[in-house]
Amino acid sequence: MTQARQLMNQLARKKENGTLGEWLAIFWLLLPYALMFSLFVAIPVAFAIGLSLTYFNSIQLPEFQGLLNYITLLTQDEIFLKYVLPNTFKYSLIVGPGGYFLSFFLAWMLAQIQVKPRTILALAIYTPSMVGGVFIAVVWRTLFSGNEAGYINALLIQWGWITKPIQFLQDPAFLMNIMIVVGLWSAMGIGFLAMLAGIINTNEELYEAAYIDGIKNKFQEVIYITIPSMHSQMLFGAVMAIVGAFNSGWIGVALSGSNPTPQYAGQLIINHIEDYGFQRYEMGYAAAISVALLLMVWGFSKLAYRLFSDR
Amino acid sequence: MAFQGTKINPKRFDKSQLKFYFFLIPMALFMVLPVVYIINQAFKPLDELFMFPPRFFVIKPTFQNFSDLWRTSSTTGVPMTRYLFNSIVATSLTVFLTIMVTAGAGYVLSKKTFKAKNWLFSVNQLALMFVPIAVAIPRYLIIKQTGLTDNFLAHILPALAMPVGLFLVKQFMDQVPDAVIEAARLDGANDWQILNKIVIPLVRPALATVGILTFQVSWNATEASSLYITNETLKNFAFYLSSLTNASNSIAGVGMAAAAGLIMFLPNLLIFILLQSKVMNTMSHSGMK
Repeated sequence: MTQARQLMNQLARKKENGTLGEWLAIFWLLLPYALMFSLFVAIPVAFAIGLSLTYFNSIQLPEFQGLLNYITLLTQDEIFLKYVLPNTFKYSLIVGPGGYFLSFFLAWMLAQIQVKPRTILALAIYTPSMVGGVFIAVVWRTLFSGNEAGYINALLIQWGWITKPIQFLQDPAFLMNIMIVVGLWSAMGIGFLAMLAGIINTNEELYEAAYIDGIKNKFQEVIYITIPSMHSQMLFGAVMAIVGAFNSGWIGVALSGSNPTPQYAGQLIINHIEDYGFQRYEMGYAAAISVALLLMVWGFSKLAYRLFSDR
Repeated sequence: MAFQGTKINPKRFDKSQLKFYFFLIPMALFMVLPVVYIINQAFKPLDELFMFPPRFFVIKPTFQNFSDLWRTSSTTGVPMTRYLFNSIVATSLTVFLTIMVTAGAGYVLSKKTFKAKNWLFSVNQLALMFVPIAVAIPRYLIIKQTGLTDNFLAHILPALAMPVGLFLVKQFMDQVPDAVIEAARLDGANDWQILNKIVIPLVRPALATVGILTFQVSWNATEASSLYITNETLKNFAFYLSSLTNASNSIAGVGMAAAAGLIMFLPNLLIFILLQSKVMNTMSHSGMK
């Protein structure tokens, strides 16, 4: 007992002595991250909000003009309303939830097999997520290339389905669908790994108990046991899927090789920002589009929280 | 034994698992197909690259594309090896510094008590939804203001704060019992020693995961090279590769682009294979509330 009390006293003394030191430690350890976070994440977001209320051509000083950019965006910008917004919704609604569902489904199936084949297959499925944008552009551009050396064109000609090569990446009828295929192909990322780990770590006894309680099939097992016991991973996966879907918007430009994409067929909101920001130098307007994008991501993530959160 | 077939994470093979293989194997093949394609492209000699009808697999593999690539330089006369060197330096520094920065911040957010702690963590969690491309313009203006344009640091600094990384490290550090840290403190260790000698070794899987994610971002990044840096000798390999493919109407370009794509891809794959068990370990603590 006395020993314990001595220890307690010692601890208390350490804490008292260490108040200033404690603060300094917290300060120095947190500083590098906080600094970089502020400089390249927080301030840019604040900056974008401020800039979105101005007219700014990057040469003259920004000129305050209130919500005019937003009003223009929502009422005057024909390209945004006619192509960019529907395209963005189509792409991100298919690649986001679609990729998310596919991630969960694949992770769940992987959990049903033994560890060695699982590791190999999981590696194969995760492969597209580690390769990065440049690689994706190289591969898919050569696969869908419009001349006869393009692999898919050559195959179709060889099988006699078509007689002359299709300009897949320049043809508005194909570009969006190819973008969705590529988006889904690379959607099994970090959220997929998290869900796989989550499913494997669910408590086995829960399953045994559930079968005794009368669960009859795999489907009920997933609904009543798997998903409830890993909903925190489900939420993490959902947020990653949403962010991933909005983040991968550059692929239309990467595939077609031009911004704007042919007849705006693959134009997503990210390309619209670049078009206005870095090609027309209408920085204020581009910032307003950025804010709209961040709001969209935030809105969808809120929805995911509503679905999977503990409360 | 009847239960074996329906179990999660089964220990042995059962016929009932066949249906999963039936679906998983074609999916896995579809996923790696483009990679297999690029590997074959990279080793094809010129006549096979332009053969009609094209063949998927290489017949007479050659290193011609690689040696061509090795000797090339950009239109401005910067040799390809310079870009590769820049990428290697920038990526190693970024990975190392990100791990250090994240470990420090994660330790504070997990093991210290102070007022703003929960608030800071929720700000970071909000930043998980951050889409970097959306704020490319303000970022560009900040880089310009801080004098980082045409500075090698423009490759490194913007990548150091990684919200997902901090999130994973903090969640993982929460598993380290406070008693371990308290004991070390009683033995007279200061925060720096506790972090270095006790916490970092215990959370190595999470830090390895942060390292991998940072590597993937940094190695594949073209943003800094195309927006912040105009000095050709400071640009990186990913940027060189993308300019190579944009100009690939030249006949020899196709094979070289494939070879460069393979060089981009291989380090990613090797590092992930080496560390995959650590990644999976980290991911089981990735729960979000």
